[in-house]
Amino acid sequence: MKLKKLSLLLVFGLMVAVLVACGGSDSGTQGGGTDTESADGEKVLNFINGDAIPSMDPSLATDTYAFQFLGESMEGLYRLDKDANPVEGIAIDHEVSEDALTWTFKLREDAVWSNGDPVTAHDFVYAWQRAVDPATGSEYGPYMMGGVIKNATEVNTGDVPVEELGVTAPDDYTLVVELENPTPYFLSLTTFGTFLPLNQTFVEEQGDSFATSTDTLVFNGPFTLENWKSTSTEWSLVKNEDYWDAETVQLDKVNFTVVKDAQTKVNLYETGKVDRTDLTSDLVDQYASHPDYMIQPETSVFYLKMNQTRNEALANKNIRAAIAKAYNKEAIVNEILNNGSVAANGLVPADFAPMPESGEDFREVSGDLVTYDVEAAKEYWAKGLEELGVDSIELELLGDDSESALTMNEYLANQLSTNLPGLSVTLRNVPFEQRLDADTNMDYDLQVSGWGPDYLDPNTYLNLWVTDGGNNKMGYSNPEFDTLIEEAATTLATDNVARYENFLEAEKILMEDAAIAPIYQRAKAYLVSPKVEGVYYNAFGFDWEFKWASVGSAE
Amino acid sequence: MVRYIGRRVFYMLITLFVIATLSFFLMKMLPGSPLNAEDKLSEEQKAIVLEKYGLNDPVPIQYVKYLGGLVQGDLGISFKFSNYPVTEILLDRMGPSAQLGFQALLVGTILGVLFGLIAAISHNGFLDYTSTIIAVLGTSIPNFVFAALLQIVFAVNLGWFPVALWGEFEHTVLPTIALMIFPMATAARFVRTEMVEVMGSSYITTARAKGISEPAIVFKHGFRNSLIPLITVIGPLAVSMLTGSMVIEQIFAIPGIGEQFVNSVFANDYPTIMGTTLLFAFLFVVIILIIDLLYGLIDPRIRISGGKS
Repeated sequence: MKLKKLSLLLVFGLMVAVLVACGGSDSGTQGGGTDTESADGEKVLNFINGDAIPSMDPSLATDTYAFQFLGESMEGLYRLDKDANPVEGIAIDHEVSEDALTWTFKLREDAVWSNGDPVTAHDFVYAWQRAVDPATGSEYGPYMMGGVIKNATEVNTGDVPVEELGVTAPDDYTLVVELENPTPYFLSLTTFGTFLPLNQTFVEEQGDSFATSTDTLVFNGPFTLENWKSTSTEWSLVKNEDYWDAETVQLDKVNFTVVKDAQTKVNLYETGKVDRTDLTSDLVDQYASHPDYMIQPETSVFYLKMNQTRNEALANKNIRAAIAKAYNKEAIVNEILNNGSVAANGLVPADFAPMPESGEDFREVSGDLVTYDVEAAKEYWAKGLEELGVDSIELELLGDDSESALTMNEYLANQLSTNLPGLSVTLRNVPFEQRLDADTNMDYDLQVSGWGPDYLDPNTYLNLWVTDGGNNKMGYSNPEFDTLIEEAATTLATDNVARYENFLEAEKILMEDAAIAPIYQRAKAYLVSPKVEGVYYNAFGFDWEFKWASVGSAE
Repeated sequence: MVRYIGRRVFYMLITLFVIATLSFFLMKMLPGSPLNAEDKLSEEQKAIVLEKYGLNDPVPIQYVKYLGGLVQGDLGISFKFSNYPVTEILLDRMGPSAQLGFQALLVGTILGVLFGLIAAISHNGFLDYTSTIIAVLGTSIPNFVFAALLQIVFAVNLGWFPVALWGEFEHTVLPTIALMIFPMATAARFVRTEMVEVMGSSYITTARAKGISEPAIVFKHGFRNSLIPLITVIGPLAVSMLTGSMVIEQIFAIPGIGEQFVNSVFANDYPTIMGTTLLFAFLFVVIILIIDLLYGLIDPRIRISGGKS
């Protein structure tokens, strides 16, 4: 009797074991660590990716990892070189009509998809139509093409059929694009993920499973994406022998693994499992003197938005000007962020937009427009208080609730209330999504916000602040500013020199009005093995370019 | 017995239905939307994208549609991983978590029971205090501290095991150890306390008086009775182990479901949140049922009702 019960107990135990193990059976069979040694002199690099690739569908892609791997495994009309100049991709040449509204691209005839089909102009027509087709549900399609390509917005809202989109293929290797407005930066847009071509037959064959795994993808770029499906945490870029410029590509393989923990990344680097890792600020001090340490500036800028509609104090220009000068940016970048970020004294980031004729950096020409200056801040502040007829002001500072953001928000609040007598700042730290909601509803006083470029032109930062602009959301309005931005997009659209003059002027007005208060331009610290050669960071589009990269000696 | 199980399964379905309903409406209260470029789109453009995901329908209709899909075993398509079915995500990610959880639970419980027994036998002796200290440390120090320590010592300094990543059995060793500390300490504490109590009870004295050998008393009369509270805690513990630990998975870069679940919440990936919640709930109710059935086997005094037939 007892034995019987004991055996029953055993059976139950086994049941539990089977139940829990059933999910585990197919695990652990694939992959294995990364190969650190390249066999037969193969050129292999091993990298960390911060997260899984959520999408490889160019129309649906929205995040940096999606664009990263689309950028390497596919190719659009042009590609950006080391200095952010567009160089030949699938297009070999182009002509722009006199009114700057019609762009005619000549495509190369030797480009093929990895399934053997030629890459033709029809692939671009199909892909661009698909990106704005409401049935696709693309976010970046209407965003990137709306107001740029003729009828993109109308197609997206369903007012006209997709065939009306301003892109046609008179023959297999000619692509004609009609624009809504003259767009001087259009060439840089053609390097972006949303503008990549798609092989219609293949995409339609795959149906709903398109771009969910290596098998449901087709490539035309320098590399192919291997061993990948949506939730993968390991995959590789493998040299694409069918790529038209395959002889330029030197790397045979780049392996990627998803690692999120900062210390784990460094440990993997130290044990030679990966050839590069980023460093969080708490690790920077420890590794800043490491020979492999380097800083990569990025093109995202962060600033305080000052909402003029909720708190009347912020409608006062002197009050805003005081706030913009009252916090120590150097301390923020050096002590709090501590990752190579630089203090921003204007809106358009450094090393982003070269001036049309001189090639000088826009930021350098525009100069330091708002600097940390407590004395000046106090003067503005006193003047502002007098105008308002009050002696104290309460403001709420809205910010993200990530670890580094919390410290920075705390510091900002402290600096403002210390340096500006009578000001008390309360903090409201919320998750990103909630901050966006608050932004949309203009339910904040001060907000730490940021922006990354959507194309290679200062306009991507400046047109945010036109009156009632979709991203303004702080009640800023200056007709003079609006006119300058409007002119740059219309009457001056074909005159890049004049456009940049307008941008310089517009940025100056924006800072004089103290509409926003710049804080910093982001950078990231890395440990990079000397093995990694020629991998560079794009100012716009996808982050890291591997096409011209190579493997050097380990030391 | 069959009728009892049948009735329990019926209740399980009701429980799952309630959980599905609750989590559906709670999820709808999450701020934000599943859009990724929310800050860049106009209201009209957002509406077009949401239309594709059926998010423009009134919430009750979304709910009915969702339940309809659920009944047909359709968990929907992930919002984050475009075009990728939630079922696939669960299958991809459940494996590593379940494997680690199972290993940790198995090794942890066995070691814990052993420590508990040793402690109880040497009641108030040196071994008792040692294992009590280990148990207290094990339950109070968070497992990511152990994880980081194990990684530095055994992977970076000694190089015995891989630092992180997934693939071979050797990749599972360090995370398993980090994960098993808690079940081990818990099991040790419960077994010790119960054993001490049981060994002091009058029937043990009777057994001793009858001249039964000490090992027989300990294992046959004492140990078995001390298992009941252990089984009560092991149940929920098993669920939490199998469903993955976000922190451990993050530290060892394991493609598990615990980490995935937290991510889908941040991404407002509604179908994935729902699918994962339901999977966890399902595991939980099934394990609770198994535990209830186990009680009757271990202790005949606990009789399950419904034996009228």
